[in-house]
Amino acid sequence: MRLAAASALLAALFVAAGCGQKTEEAAGTVIKIGSVAPLTGPQAHLGKDNENGARLAIEELNAKGITLGGKPVRLELVGEDDGADPKTGTVVAQKLVDLGVVGVVGHLNSGTSIPASKLYADAGIPQVSPSATAIAYTAQGYKTAFRVMTNDEQQGKALGQFAVKSMGAKKIAIIDDRTAYGQGLADEFEKAVKAGGGEVVAREFTNDRATDFTAILTSIKGKGPEVLFFGGMDPQGGPMAQQMKRLGLNAKLLGGDGIQNVNFLKLAGAEAEGTVASLPGLPLDAMPGGAEFKKRFEAKYGPIQVYAPYAYDAAYVLVDAMRRADSADPAKIVAELPKTDLQGVTGQLRFDGKGDVTGGSVTLYQVKNGAWAVLETVK
Amino acid sequence: MDIFIQQLINGLVLGSIYALVALGYTMVYGILELINFAHGEVTMMGAMVALAVIGALMGVAPDLPGVVVVLGGVLIAVPVCMLLGFGIERLAYRPLRNAPRLAPLITAIGLSIVLQNVAMLIWGRQYIAFPPLLPKGQFEILGAHISVLQLFIVALSVTVMLGLWFTVQKTRLGRAMRATAQSREVAALMGVNVNSVIAATFIIGSALAALAGVMVSAYYGLAHYYMGFLLGLKAFSAAVLGGIGNIAGAMLGGLLLGVIEALGAGYIGDLSGGFLGSHYQDVFAFFILSLVLVFRPSGLLGERVASRA
Amino acid sequence: MPIVNYLRARPRLALVLVAVLLAALPFLVGAGLGKSWVRVLDFALLYVMLALGLNIVVGYAGLLDLGYVAFYALGAYLYAWLASPHFGLHLPFWAVLPLGALLAGVFGVLLGAPTLRLRGDYLAIVTLGFGEIIRIFMNNLNAPVNITNGPQGMNLIDPIALGGFALSKTHQIFGFSVSNAHLYYYLFLAFVLLVMFVALRLQDSRIGRAWAAIREDELAASAMGIDTRNVKLLAFAMGATFGGLAGGLFAAFQGFISPESFGLMESIMILCMIVLGGMGHIPGVILGAVLLTVLPEALRYVGDLQRAVLGHVAVDPADLRMLLFGCALILMMLYRPEGLWPSRQRKRELHAEDEVAAHESASLYDARG
Repeated sequence: MRLAAASALLAALFVAAGCGQKTEEAAGTVIKIGSVAPLTGPQAHLGKDNENGARLAIEELNAKGITLGGKPVRLELVGEDDGADPKTGTVVAQKLVDLGVVGVVGHLNSGTSIPASKLYADAGIPQVSPSATAIAYTAQGYKTAFRVMTNDEQQGKALGQFAVKSMGAKKIAIIDDRTAYGQGLADEFEKAVKAGGGEVVAREFTNDRATDFTAILTSIKGKGPEVLFFGGMDPQGGPMAQQMKRLGLNAKLLGGDGIQNVNFLKLAGAEAEGTVASLPGLPLDAMPGGAEFKKRFEAKYGPIQVYAPYAYDAAYVLVDAMRRADSADPAKIVAELPKTDLQGVTGQLRFDGKGDVTGGSVTLYQVKNGAWAVLETVK
Repeated sequence: MDIFIQQLINGLVLGSIYALVALGYTMVYGILELINFAHGEVTMMGAMVALAVIGALMGVAPDLPGVVVVLGGVLIAVPVCMLLGFGIERLAYRPLRNAPRLAPLITAIGLSIVLQNVAMLIWGRQYIAFPPLLPKGQFEILGAHISVLQLFIVALSVTVMLGLWFTVQKTRLGRAMRATAQSREVAALMGVNVNSVIAATFIIGSALAALAGVMVSAYYGLAHYYMGFLLGLKAFSAAVLGGIGNIAGAMLGGLLLGVIEALGAGYIGDLSGGFLGSHYQDVFAFFILSLVLVFRPSGLLGERVASRA
Repeated sequence: MPIVNYLRARPRLALVLVAVLLAALPFLVGAGLGKSWVRVLDFALLYVMLALGLNIVVGYAGLLDLGYVAFYALGAYLYAWLASPHFGLHLPFWAVLPLGALLAGVFGVLLGAPTLRLRGDYLAIVTLGFGEIIRIFMNNLNAPVNITNGPQGMNLIDPIALGGFALSKTHQIFGFSVSNAHLYYYLFLAFVLLVMFVALRLQDSRIGRAWAAIREDELAASAMGIDTRNVKLLAFAMGATFGGLAGGLFAAFQGFISPESFGLMESIMILCMIVLGGMGHIPGVILGAVLLTVLPEALRYVGDLQRAVLGHVAVDPADLRMLLFGCALILMMLYRPEGLWPSRQRKRELHAEDEVAAHESASLYDARG
């Protein structure tokens, strides 16, 4: 009996699903764009941020009105949750392909973007990731894979050169969080430091769930570095900054885009002062429309976590290509994407042959009086 | 040498936190032989509720001293978690008391997922910062740093352990608990209200979890709806290491695990000539745990119980 | 239900019907719900394989294993090492899959040997540690020598191909367009049937009975002359072998593997499938695996359901999905503590206690009366 009730419920869900699909297909002028990011699990805060960024872009574009082939169309964002799990990532990708999306903003992680990119490539649907930084993502030879974020190599190099040249550090310690993002960035940073003549005195590791870094920080302290580079995100970076002070480790904390955000400032508290971190692209406030975007986003969804501006740009890149193609045919959008030359809120967006952003400039910021202040932009 | 002492302190503080959570695990296990997988989530709820209260207090009365504000948070979080613990036992475990051994494990995992997602709905997906309300003073001993908060955490877990030990060994409730642990049927025949005793165990365990949650988030400066899972797992390992069901064992297991992790992360690289690094910290910890269990299959202080079918 | 009774009397007809249904399922599902559901089916089959494997360890032999995903990882990584550009090796799948299963089996024995004396939760924590250790090694062995490519994972793994027929592409067969998800469905189905067959035969064999004896009372079993050490090791090895096999298939299907696919939560979910379905009972285990794979995906549609019922989306489906999943786990267990589809014997055992209790209380009244 109970089983019957349960199966009835399940059946209802399926029917609802079927209905949902059909009604949406009936309205021919609706063009669907997918957004995939983890909305549950430990990275859910970042995932929602990405989706919100894309959503804001779609809403703005709808408000302005879009016509394709002379007919007005309406855009719809289909947000899906991949739980940062590669397996779920492919299921969701297939779902979006089935739903007939013309492009995808996502996924958030490299680990989900890479297996999903195969499905999008097979279906000929363009994928623009706002935040996957692994080099492998665009190195697979897929014509459909793009990203508006610099890859690990571009950013790691900029950071490594900055540490050795601008900060004048001789002895450098490195910690990474053993995620695809943190490890990739730290490895590229290490290469750049060594190439620049710096010495890596310690290479330590943590994980993306950890909160206690006292053991590795203590052992780093014994090596006496001037700069401590952290490849990872703000939930680890914040407590790390605090624990550095507590242990009397006087190295300067340097990080990537994972800690260049408001959350890091909150989590590190007063100990954030002096931390240097990079963010791909140009400073948001310096970009035309950047400050405006920030104001609108924060009024609607609260503070930007990290990648919302990139997701916002990614959605604009897709729609821009769609407009130039004057069609919602994914094949035509894919053909137009390499010619992108768009003024986004994170910088001037152009793609190279692989689908990476070109000339990816990286801006460095330092915490001064409890806020991120621009130090310099490096090419 | 100062680095070694610092690592020891690091490990002891981390271990005290594990111990505080492990005590709750071990209490429930001692009586029901049930791994309360949702215990980590109760810890998380404690931290979240306390933070919400602290935020509200700071809004209402910004001039209150920091310690008072945090105490206010604790005073609300503890009863909320006690209620939660009571509810968990009542809804998810009591109906399954005579079910197959692994059935409650599934409800526990289900509860974990539910509690995480409820917390996510209420407090959002962001990491929440713990405001810097507590004194930041620290001492230097032989070149190593130790803060007031760290001392307090160690002292708290020792006090809690002693308090629990006293409760279990010297009070009426404790006697009822021990009787229930030995045999629920016989205890009931002797006039022990088994249901209340088990409920009381859950309530006490949850109060400890709330305390631990506030301590963890104050010490590390953050709270997040997912923080309970890993903490719970580590605490559970600690409880097993010490001999699950044994109060002193939980404390010993927690401290040992903390020290092993700290020394492992600190020295594994030097010991292996750079081949293994601090990323093998957990491998090191689990390896020692397995080694201990292979030679002492019931943990360090666990009693050798006869095989249970 | 008359249809059930009708079919029960005609097992051959029932078998044919089931076979036809299974063969047609991906097309029915693909047409009715979309191709993503065929992919969900593929994963469901993969999990059936894993659950059946773990069932040997937990359900048959009663050894609580929380690190089962390690064997899955070993199978997947071995496939990736031997059939991807990483080492430049491209061995055919019929050579790699058995090797992966073998490797996993060997590791099963390696895990089993030191833990023979451990029981219950102590065994659980050591196996959990083993699972984590394997994952940590996979995550970190990119330096000093790059063996696993670390957190970046291994990409461009060869798909399963026989001659020139690669399962990774869409083929035109008899005018039907058959996608890779469909092709893998049949491959996985074949392997599931194989694993099922082995598991069924094992259950009723001498070894199966030895496992049951150990599960019920290890001391008594060894007193009856069962070599508990070898029999337990065999359970670990058999379970691990199935895990390794499933891992190889997963790597070939996904074409990309990274350590995040082999976390602790995965082990716990596989265990949930077994317990939820009915430990030790093959149909129950299969039901559990299918249900727990399909449910989180089905719950994606709570948004559409809200729209259908309420006319608008009141609560973000992403917020509700896992919450409902957790609730479902709790409710199912509360109503069916012995599992959704337990073996008849187990059900009887459980309810026997109630009967005895009822009997006892009755006789108590008798004595008083």
